[in-house]
Amino acid sequence: MNIQEATHTYTLRLGDNALILGHRLSELCSKGPILEEDLALTNISLDMIGRAQALLKYAADTEMLGKTEDDLAYRRPENHYYNNLIIEQPNGDFAHTIARQLFVSVFEFLFYTELEKSKDTTLAAIASKTIKEIKYHMQHAADWTLRLGDGTAESHKRMQKAVNDLWMYTGEFFEMDNLDTFLLHQHIAVDASSLKLEWNKYIKTALNDATLNVPEDSFMQTGSKKGIHTENLGHILSEMQYLQRAYPDAKW
Amino acid sequence: MHNEHSDTHFQLRIDNGEHIEAKDYMPENYRKHLIRQMSQHAHSEVIGMQPEGNWITRAPSLRAKQILLAKIQDEGGHGLYLYSAVETLGVSRSELIEQLQSGKAKYSSIFNYPALNWADIGAIGWLVDGAAIVNQVSLQRTSYGPYSRGMVRICKEESFHQRQGYEIMAKMMAGTKDQQAMAQDAMNRWWWPSLMMFGPHDTNSPHSSDAVKWKIKRETNDELRQKFIDKTIPQAELIGLVVPDKNIKLDDNTGHYTISEINWDEFNRVISGHGPCNKQRIDHHIKYHNEGEWVREAAIAFKKKHTKKELETV
Repeated sequence: MNIQEATHTYTLRLGDNALILGHRLSELCSKGPILEEDLALTNISLDMIGRAQALLKYAADTEMLGKTEDDLAYRRPENHYYNNLIIEQPNGDFAHTIARQLFVSVFEFLFYTELEKSKDTTLAAIASKTIKEIKYHMQHAADWTLRLGDGTAESHKRMQKAVNDLWMYTGEFFEMDNLDTFLLHQHIAVDASSLKLEWNKYIKTALNDATLNVPEDSFMQTGSKKGIHTENLGHILSEMQYLQRAYPDAKW
Repeated sequence: MHNEHSDTHFQLRIDNGEHIEAKDYMPENYRKHLIRQMSQHAHSEVIGMQPEGNWITRAPSLRAKQILLAKIQDEGGHGLYLYSAVETLGVSRSELIEQLQSGKAKYSSIFNYPALNWADIGAIGWLVDGAAIVNQVSLQRTSYGPYSRGMVRICKEESFHQRQGYEIMAKMMAGTKDQQAMAQDAMNRWWWPSLMMFGPHDTNSPHSSDAVKWKIKRETNDELRQKFIDKTIPQAELIGLVVPDKNIKLDDNTGHYTISEINWDEFNRVISGHGPCNKQRIDHHIKYHNEGEWVREAAIAFKKKHTKKELETV
């Protein structure tokens, strides 16, 4: 493994998280509980796809095979995607959408704050741009967590269920494999395992403020770093890649 | 001596080209006309999110997806300004939504057509937004202040939408045979409905005469439609799209194109609820509005609890 190859895969993983969550959120267009929220979710989706574009471009550059960010986004098979499993979970009800966003955005806030210090100047620059957006995503999710948790009996129940349902996908955030460790030693990657305490602290406060319980850590799902996914990703890709796959010679 | 609350004084202000503001005197029918027209406009923006939303998850490139998302977000934003502008006339947003869902209020019939291939996204931007702009540019000078100011803002964004729609069409016409066929197919399906967006001929338009007298409407349906036709036909020809009308002719004396008669039976059928997607569009709106009810209730309950707490601690 050389630095460039490792950086390619590392960037691809980050890019896929942004790409697939951006896609999931884009499914919600015209389906929000109020018009204002429709616009807010679209905004987050747009931020994510913009970030995906920057990261996938860099992933393509470091791969040096002459591919574009669109080739990477639209032409890979399912087991060559490396987004975390929580990212591809269905939007569910609004509580699930918010719980997923809260877990992800709090992690991303901690992660990209560290990535800003990366020795890789491209990754550091992308991190620095994206962190401003993530602060807003995190605030948005925390505000709704509070309103849903401490709103009505029904919203409380739904929010608690969403938190419980998604909890088993949060362990992946903090995993470190050989590639991560190698790049950490090069001062390029973030030590994700070191962010767990901070993440737990923030989530505990957000959930407790919203009168919600923090689930017990038990079984955690894993697989995404190896390209092993839940059944959801295949459906996302069959929709997302439709035109690129059906008309491989076309330029769009 | 003029009575500021008389219809004569009101008409004088209109004739002087003044803007009418929310708190000014206005005849009841002027208010009613505005509520009808502006809410219809707001609902059109919101319902219009659906046909385009149908392609977001299948947009063929990251750039195309971002542009489409941003555009739909603009439409939603326009819906918001317009709902706020209608609220200045004393109708709440929840009443407006109720009117939309019960069928009492209309929205532009164009959105009752389906978006069937990716080029439809181009056609909607280029033809549908293109037709809307012609109307909206004219409405920038409408007599009701909040509506006029809303239009100024909306027009800036709509011209971007129209350009991006045309860009999609141009790109597809310069692409593979399959892409060209998709573009022509979209053109064939959207051309006539976009001409119908301007409404019936002036001789058959029930709302036109008062609206012109009150300067809510500054140009007639037929004048606006002609502007659109004259602007759009050369754009189609430039990229090799065939306008689906064998009788198109440029009249050298007037400089205007003449076209075949519009199929008004189709227009009336779609308006009266029997277009391809009328039921689907309203069902979608109702479904997600109902599914969001517990969220809206939670937000209200949270606010009530915390306002109470704040009052108790004062």
